[in-house]
Formats: sequence, structure tokens, C-alpha cells
Amino acid sequence: MVDPITVNTNAGETLLRFRDDVVHDEPAVTLDAFLGQTNATAVRLEAGDDARELLPHLGQIALVEISFPTFRDGRGYSAARILREAGFEGELRAAGDVLVDQIPHMRRCGFDSFAPEKPVDAATLTKLLALYPQPYQKAADARVPVWKLRHG
Amino acid sequence: MKLLTGNDLSTGDVVWWTGRDWSRHVEDAVDVGGQGEAILRAEEGARRVNVPYLIDAEATEQGPRPAHIKDRIRALGPTVRPDLTLKPADADAGAWVI
Amino acid sequence: MYRYDEYDQSIVDARVEEFRDQVERRLSGALTEDQFKPLRLMNGLYLQLHAYMLRVAVPYGTLDSRQMRMLGHIARKYDRGYGHFTTRQNIQYNWIKLADAPDILAELATVQMHAIQTSGNCIRNISSDQFAGAAADEVADPRPWAELLRQWSTFHPEFTYLPRKFKIAVIAADEDRAAMRLHDIGIQLLERDGVLGAKIFVGGGMGRTPMIAHEVKDFITADHLMSYLEACLRVYNRYGRRDNIYKARIKILLHEIGVDAYRDQVEAEFAAIRDLGIDPPLAELARITAMFAGPDFASDAPDSVDRSDPDFAVWLDQNVAAHKQPGHAIVTISLKPIGGIPGDASADQIDLMADLAERYGHDELRVTHAQNIVLPHVRKADLYAIWTALRDARLAEANLDLISDIIACPGLDYCSLANARSIPLAQKIGERFAGRQRELGELKLKISGCINACGHHHAGHIGILGVDKKGTENYQLLLGGSGAEDVSLGKITGPGFDEDGVVDAIERVTDRYVALREADERFLDTYRRVGMQPFKEAIYG
Repeated sequence: MVDPITVNTNAGETLLRFRDDVVHDEPAVTLDAFLGQTNATAVRLEAGDDARELLPHLGQIALVEISFPTFRDGRGYSAARILREAGFEGELRAAGDVLVDQIPHMRRCGFDSFAPEKPVDAATLTKLLALYPQPYQKAADARVPVWKLRHG
Repeated sequence: MKLLTGNDLSTGDVVWWTGRDWSRHVEDAVDVGGQGEAILRAEEGARRVNVPYLIDAEATEQGPRPAHIKDRIRALGPTVRPDLTLKPADADAGAWVI
Repeated sequence: MYRYDEYDQSIVDARVEEFRDQVERRLSGALTEDQFKPLRLMNGLYLQLHAYMLRVAVPYGTLDSRQMRMLGHIARKYDRGYGHFTTRQNIQYNWIKLADAPDILAELATVQMHAIQTSGNCIRNISSDQFAGAAADEVADPRPWAELLRQWSTFHPEFTYLPRKFKIAVIAADEDRAAMRLHDIGIQLLERDGVLGAKIFVGGGMGRTPMIAHEVKDFITADHLMSYLEACLRVYNRYGRRDNIYKARIKILLHEIGVDAYRDQVEAEFAAIRDLGIDPPLAELARITAMFAGPDFASDAPDSVDRSDPDFAVWLDQNVAAHKQPGHAIVTISLKPIGGIPGDASADQIDLMADLAERYGHDELRVTHAQNIVLPHVRKADLYAIWTALRDARLAEANLDLISDIIACPGLDYCSLANARSIPLAQKIGERFAGRQRELGELKLKISGCINACGHHHAGHIGILGVDKKGTENYQLLLGGSGAEDVSLGKITGPGFDEDGVVDAIERVTDRYVALREADERFLDTYRRVGMQPFKEAIYG
């Protein structure tokens, strides 16, 4: 999906979603709560939480929300890739201090939903997402790296 | 005295608050007294200056002289390239910095 | 040399457009300075003492004459007629206007250059050996590996908001001309059972807590280099400290958890990702390597040089190094004229060096981490003509690796982080020792104007650190550092000095060295043999 769908949730959040399934409306629980009460289907990871602790439970999780306390804190990018590399196919949401210029990188790390604290400019985002014709690296998205284009 | 300084957002030039506007010349700077923070916020918000901050300075006959060497170098230019300073013709300008 | 294909070019062109848009958003107020700062830094744009400063990447220090001329053109058109070559093989311009920055990047892109990731908390420009491809002692040219790393690290989506900046150097010889073990990751290529691979060192760096990198991986082959490095970076991105900017470099993580625990975590991560298809095929390294095949050297180039001009002979002995090809040589052009500004070159000098590379040097130039320029492939028969042209442009100082070949950061004359000026001190030291520097032999002197150590003072045989002592400039003296294969960190002699005082102290140190020197010991060798005490006595009485 190239352009996001804007969704207003019951909780009053504005979500930018790059998936067209129904928004999961169960509130996300903390990692500790999830590990103690294993029937939850939505989890919120704080920046310092270890995403690998979720790996045994991915089959039951529909939504993982990863927190960005400040836009400078890049731990969530690794958390997202770890979940995608392990095969997680549910919604992966970046929440908090998420800036428009960061969303293309976050997309590459596997995020497909965004709950930015401050609204992002839709026109800027559309432009940024279409800017780079191809990436240099393989990441968690489907984009084909340059070396693959060169060598097949 | 207290001076308000920063850089021009677009050109990056070092600028000094003159009471009404911004000047590249520290000689034009005025004592902002206790008003510094308020002016700073208003001017930065209006993008008439970038990264402004308040400094201490001494009033001299030649005009305000910033208390710290860093701001005196900002006011004049690099001491190792007198030709690129604001006073290329003044052989003694470097002495004002040190 | 590496040449962009349409993919590389389209990525660099897109970056120009992205940055043009970011600058417009900043000027219009859509971005605050706090939001814009990391974006501009990731394109090498700082706000310094007098203006914006733009740092342009010279990937692994290699460029051709067309690119070099572009650097001169930018100095003339957008700056004030000069540029400053840096310790990470880049060039920076001191007088840039924000509104001009996108146009400068657009001009750079026309010659396959950019300012991508020359600052910011991301993977910086990959540095390498300035003699790569020309040195007699290398097992391979390290630059194809560096180019592979350049592509991998460019806009790496996971590692753009690291805890702190991240510097990588690649070498392929036992002699370390790139301060490899003082990088966050140092890579040494070596051959094992006929296969080229890499030894990986992690956790080196200077700054306020200098450390020497530890060996973390004995040998990794090219087919898994990227996934291994992703593992190294991911462990750092997840667990590097973010609570204190001064403890955020990877060296602190290794120091706190220990190299063995770090290695174990990297191995676990590597095991999880090594088969995910992250690594480019070996054909990609082969494609890049073919472009570094090197020039067709004349096989009949005469090996003898006419030394009858004594000034030329001095330069020949000091600034010209052995080339792997008979009849050829490697020339280092000193950007350290006595009394000059270390690393600075005027637009005219830049053009002249480009001309010499084109005419005599197979169109190649290198930037060294010691802030000099190299012509890596010249015929010995052309050395005299090259020297004559350099001399006329004030570029023939015969001082490579001598006490006046000083690494100095811009210091308080230009830098908003500095506490003291570095350049005037370098000028005074050059003037004081010009007459006896050859007698003192190899003596690497490095000056930083603040604790961030951009002037590599920890790695100087003699190092100087400028500090702010109650509003006045004060200089601490260090002895015994080295950034080469015999890497070590300098130790502070004792109380600091004012500007003239530190020059006097260096003179007492060098006098004592001459008195203690055995046979052909370098200063560093004597220091290591006798220790700090005799020098302390000489300085402080």
C-alpha cells in the first residue's frame, strides 16, 4: 500500500494505516502484563522493552504498538524489524513522537500503522514515500534492494 | 550588561539584538536587561533569528564587549583569518578578542 | 575508482530533493530548529560560530580531478574561497548559507558526490587507507569493501537514530594509516587459506573517554559481512546508553557489559539474521572490485630520480612513499605550510591539485586522516615537475609525519563546541620547530580545542587538549599516544599551560628526547622505553 488510510479511533487517536483490515480495538497491554496474562491480543512495547520476549506468542497477537518517547530514540526501529523477521504479520504501530521525515524509514522496518502525537502533513508524507526509487538494503518491507536489481 | 545574540536563520550570519532589529555588528547591540527571555522567544518564534541566547558583556567606549572569548570571536570573525573578519582593515582588531 | 550507475545516481538525486524540501519547511516554519537539526546534521550541515558549515563526504578519501575541481568551485561560488580537509577524509566549508545548501548538494550530485551522513547519530562516511590500491604492503584494495559498506549504510532504515554517531574504518595492511582501532568499528582485511575476509574490531574511539577497539570477530567472509555488521549495530542500537550523551558511544557499552558479553549478544543476533538474505551476493563485491582495478601502469617507467636539486631531494625523502609498481611513487601533498592553517586549501590550490592528478596521477587523489592530500599513482620521472608546481603554490612543505605536520581541529576560531583555539597554536609550534623538525624525526603532534577530540590529541605522540580555564584558554599536554598499528592513548603530563607555555613545554620535551634518544629511536619509542617521568622533570623541573 503506497498511501495511508486515515482512521479516527474510538479512543480519539488519529491513525495513519498502511493496511486495510479492521482496526484492532482491544486496548494494548504492557509487556509485563501481557507475559503475566497471556490471553491479550494487543501489546504496547516501551522503547526499552525486549521485543524478543514476544516471539513465542506472535500467533495470538494482532497488534503491537511501539512507543517513541522522543523522535531521537531509535530503539523502536530494531524492535519492529525483530518482530517482522520472526514472521509477525499483525499490525505494527509506531506511537508517540513520530515525525513525518521518519515514516519512510519506519515503513522499511516493518511499521504499517502510525499514531503520531502531532499530526503529520499528508502531502509531505506522500511526497517522501515516493521519493527514493529504490533502497540500498534489504529490510523488513518488500522493497527490492539495489544489489538485487543489479544481479537478479 | 546582557546582550541577545544568535544566527540569522537563512544566512547563518552572527547577529545581535539592537532593540528593534538584528545587526551583524556587536557595536549595535543593546542591553536587554531582564527582557532577554521574552524578546528571544518572540524573535525565535517569528524566525527572525535562529538559536538565540543571552550573554554577559561589558560596556566599553568602543561599544559592548562580550564577556566570553567565544562570543568575541563570533563578533569579529576567526582570529586566524583577519581578512575574513568584519574588520579586515583593522590590524588591532584581533587584540580586542584576546 | 567507483562510478555510479543509474541506481546510485537516482538515490543521490533524490536526497537533494528531500533536503531541498526540508530546508523549505524549516524556512517556512513547518519544522522547528529542534526537529530540523537532526535532519540537517544527517546531511552534514552544522550551525557553527560564524555561519552554517557544510561537511561534504569524500567516501574512503578517494576522488578524481573532476570531483576535486567541484570542491574548488563550491569554495569559490558558495563559500569564501577555501575549504578545510578533515580527519575523517572529508572537506568542510565554513561560510555556507542555509538557503544555498540544496543548490550546493545539487552541484555535488553532478559529480557523484554528496554530504550524506557526514554528521548525525548514524553511520558516518566510511574511512580507509589513503594509500589503498597503491601501497606495497596491502593484501587487497580495501576500498571495494568500503564502497559496499557505503551503500549498506546509506539511509539504513534501522540505524539512523542510533544512541550516538558511528564511525567505521577499513584497512587492508598491517601498517595502519587510518587510525582503524580508534573507530567504533575497525575492519582489517586479511587472507586466510586463500580467502579474503575481515577481522572486526569494535568499541574504539576518542572523545572524552578514549578507548582502543577490541577484536570481536576473528574472521568473517564477504558473504556475511553485512549481516554480521547489522548484528553489531543492532545490539548497540538496542542497548547503547541513551540517558547520557557522553556515555552513548558503543565503546561505553562494551566497557560496561564487557567485550565477551557483547560478542555473545552479537553472535546470537547474527545467528538470527544471517540467513535472512540481508547480504548482497558476492557478485556485487566483484562488480565494485572491478571498478577499482587501478590504472594501467607503464611497465617501463624509469626507477631512478635526479636528486640534484637539494630542496627537491628533501621533499622526496619526506613526502614520497614507495608504490607497489616499479617506476612509480605515492606523493603526499602537505596542507601544513609553516605558519599556515592545518588542512585548509584555497580554491586555487584545490584546482592545482586536481590539475596535477589529471596530468600526472592517473586522475586520482586521496584525502588523508592527517588532513593532507595524496597523489597515489605518479611516475617517478614526473616527481620533479610535480614538486615544482606544488612549490609555486605553497604546497611543497617537506614535513610529512614531522612535528609541523600537525592535525588540528578548527578550534574556537570556527567551532561552537570548542573551548580553546587550536590553529594559532599549530602555527606557533610550526614556526618554533621549523628549523629542527627533521632532526626530531617522526613526531606526530595533534591538537584538539575541546574534549571531543576531533584533533585526535589522544593519538598524538604529543597531544594537546585545549580547555576553558575560568574564561581563558588553557592547554593540557599529553605524551605517548599513537593512532597507527602500534595504537596507544596518550597520558597527560600534569598541569596545563597558556599558549606560549605549552610551546615552551614541547620544546623541553623534545630537548629531553634528543638527549635520551638511542640510535634511531623515534620520540614515541624513547617515550615508551623511558616512561613519562624524565619528560615530566624536563617540563615541570
